[in-house]
Amino acid sequence: MLVPGVFLRAMPLLGATRNIAQRWCRAAILATGLLAWLGVPAQAQGVLPVPALSGRVIDQTGTLDATQVTALTDKLAALEAKKGSQVVLLMVPTTAPEDIASYANRIANDWKIGRRDVGDGVLLIVAKNDRTLRIEVAKTLEGAIPDLAAKRIIDGAITPRFKNGDFAGGLLAGVDQIAALVSGEPLPEPKVQSVNQKFDSNTLSNLFVFFVFALPIGAGILRSVLGRKFSALATGGIAGVLVFVFTASVLIAVVAGVAAIAYALFAGVSIPRGGSGGSRGGWGGGGGGGWGGGSSGGGGFSSGGGGNFGGGGASGRW
Amino acid sequence: MKRWFFLLLTVLTLSGCGYNDFQKLDEQSKAAWSEVLNQYQRRADLVPNIVATVKGEANFEQETLTKVIEARSKATSIQVTPETLNDPAAMQKFQAAQGELGSALSRLMVVVEQYPNLKANQGFSDLRVQLEGTENRITVARNRYIASIQQYNVLARSFPTNLTAMVFGYQPKAGFTVANEAQISAPPVVDFNKK
Repeated sequence: MLVPGVFLRAMPLLGATRNIAQRWCRAAILATGLLAWLGVPAQAQGVLPVPALSGRVIDQTGTLDATQVTALTDKLAALEAKKGSQVVLLMVPTTAPEDIASYANRIANDWKIGRRDVGDGVLLIVAKNDRTLRIEVAKTLEGAIPDLAAKRIIDGAITPRFKNGDFAGGLLAGVDQIAALVSGEPLPEPKVQSVNQKFDSNTLSNLFVFFVFALPIGAGILRSVLGRKFSALATGGIAGVLVFVFTASVLIAVVAGVAAIAYALFAGVSIPRGGSGGSRGGWGGGGGGGWGGGSSGGGGFSSGGGGNFGGGGASGRW
Repeated sequence: MKRWFFLLLTVLTLSGCGYNDFQKLDEQSKAAWSEVLNQYQRRADLVPNIVATVKGEANFEQETLTKVIEARSKATSIQVTPETLNDPAAMQKFQAAQGELGSALSRLMVVVEQYPNLKANQGFSDLRVQLEGTENRITVARNRYIASIQQYNVLARSFPTNLTAMVFGYQPKAGFTVANEAQISAPPVVDFNKK
């Protein structure tokens, strides 16, 4: 609980006061925004909730069997591996009370499918009981898949098969054509997801401020309260958790936690207090880091978070 | 020392009372508005193609077509500047013109149903898909504009940032309203005995 106060006190005077003022205002704005949002859900009332993005193929209707889902997922995964673009297939029973265009747009913008810095995503939505479907295209891909092309995929590849009840066949054909169009588009090469890719200079400067100002003071206060042994553990744990919150990276959090423990143990050697606790230091750091790791989840498919959907694409019915 | 103190105080007051947030949200809403205009322009650019294709159909109902052409020229003749955003009357006029074009176009699309040749025409159905996509984009752009000015207006009207708005003369921005509110909130009369 000491940490936020310590953090602020650690900043130089000007930065700190300004920061507090800004933070106050931001909190106030946030609160008023929240109030406004709570007060104006009239148009959002009654619409379907956004489903969880649990995979590349989400079938809420139970139409596709496991092998078909795997086949579709493999195709989409192959496209992402090759071009980096994310395509997600969602089958729902109905989109009522919204029409499929606004439902698709709402879901797509909530999921933000597509790479963070490219924004290349496509959402293929089928509302089975409504007998409608839509290809929702992110702005980046509106050149690769113009509305007309989307409409032709729907009319040429998907709906004829849907009319015969061949849902998996229609979807496979549709996904193939979408993949073909995306493949023709010059997009940035897919990158191997590395740790460094995730943060910008802003996070790094935050980290820098944290280590230069907050850590020494926080460690000092904890030491005077808890004694050297426990303070080292506590500093490491807190640093690990905070860094994880900042960077969302387990690896960096662990490194930071261990570094903080080392700092807390050895920085104040000139003012000895209590015994040494070197052997248990690494333990605390591991704990802090591993703890954060549990909450990060991940693994498998997750949205790149860059897709911006401006209403491009086409709808059809069968 | 004193001078520094006053400088600090000014910076604190400005950034502390939402001045910067006003600038940010103002720019955001302007960008969102440009997108709305962009999509309206896209629709206006489509209209001549649609009109040309429909004209190719012999004995097409002239009145509907003329209405579309007139509505388009009216909508494109209105000059929109950034100042329009802060002028509710001009906004009203602009929206009315665009609304007229929208309803003329949808009327046209309904009338087209009576012409099988036109419906079968590949060029025309392509244009139709494009028009549909454009209308969809207009809806999205308008929604985003509404969301952005909502943020701005909340800031302009809530305490303590309303004081900043008062000092600098920032007015709440006008959103979209429907031109015919009374008309669409009245239940439609369904009478199958007519005609």
